[in-house]
Amino acid sequence: MKKSKIFFKGISDVSPLMIPVVPFGIIFGAIGMDLGLSPYMTLGMSIIVFGGASQIVLLQLFSGGASSLVILSSVGAVNSRHLLYGAVLSEHLSSLKLIWKIILTYVMVDQAYAVSNDYFKKNKKNTNKHYHLLATGFTCWTIWQISTLIGIFLGSIIPEELGLTFAIPITFLALLINDFKKLNNVIVMIISGSIATFGYQVIPFKAYIIVSALSALLVALFLTNINEDKK
Amino acid sequence: MHWSLIIYCGIITFLTRFSMVVLPKKDTFGKKTKIVLSYVPSAIFPAIIFPLIFLDNAGNVDLESNPKILAAIVAVIIGYFSRNIIITIFSGLISYWAMIFLFGF
Repeated sequence: MKKSKIFFKGISDVSPLMIPVVPFGIIFGAIGMDLGLSPYMTLGMSIIVFGGASQIVLLQLFSGGASSLVILSSVGAVNSRHLLYGAVLSEHLSSLKLIWKIILTYVMVDQAYAVSNDYFKKNKKNTNKHYHLLATGFTCWTIWQISTLIGIFLGSIIPEELGLTFAIPITFLALLINDFKKLNNVIVMIISGSIATFGYQVIPFKAYIIVSALSALLVALFLTNINEDKK
Repeated sequence: MHWSLIIYCGIITFLTRFSMVVLPKKDTFGKKTKIVLSYVPSAIFPAIIFPLIFLDNAGNVDLESNPKILAAIVAVIIGYFSRNIIITIFSGLISYWAMIFLFGF
């Protein structure tokens, strides 16, 4: 298949997944403004970091007065799922030049990974298949920057009474809906949330996100072991 | 906020995406590690969600005069049945605003 055809296939494959990205980007831009960041910094964050969850965690912890070390380790924890994406996609990208790997992994966000991994599995032998990931990644990138800009603009006119910061927990909650029906995931969620809530004032250095996440992952490991024993 | 902090966060984010692609070993992760990594969103997002919903500005648990809890419950129920991210976000926000502006929570 021709490169351009694969590229356009990528755009059309990922497009439906862009619908929830728009409000998320707008909320990020608006909250950046709400917390007193400059428009340049807010947009700069979307370009340099390019990861919704990481950016919100960065804002959230920064506004709470967390230290850089806590912020960086928390962002690292949020991003650890990408290690899995990279490991899964590496077999399809192994023959590419380094510059391709750099460009493609810069845009390897959840949505691009999900759609392109699917395509790679079905088109293993196609030597141009990486154009699919290029397309899905840069579609996400473009939509994310545009919606951040809209949020920056709206953030300066949205009245404070609307309590826009409530959009943060609601957006993250919405990202978990597909796991609500899995009992193990719900257990992990409740444990993580409870430790964070009750540890918020007790755990030093605002490290509550990383502490709760690691504890909950230990529980996940424990639950995985139990499931394996049953088999 | 310093630009340097943003750049460091960008580097960390990039490295988590990049490292496994360039690592020479093929089967880096065992099956179990992959399963546990798939739990990362469930383990991390609630640590962000819960404090923002249950705590007041001073960091104390607030269960009484707290419209955020009810709005979050609405969003969980709607999300559970609709499986639609946008509908979930809007159901939470609209019920929150309804409680504040219509019912004076």
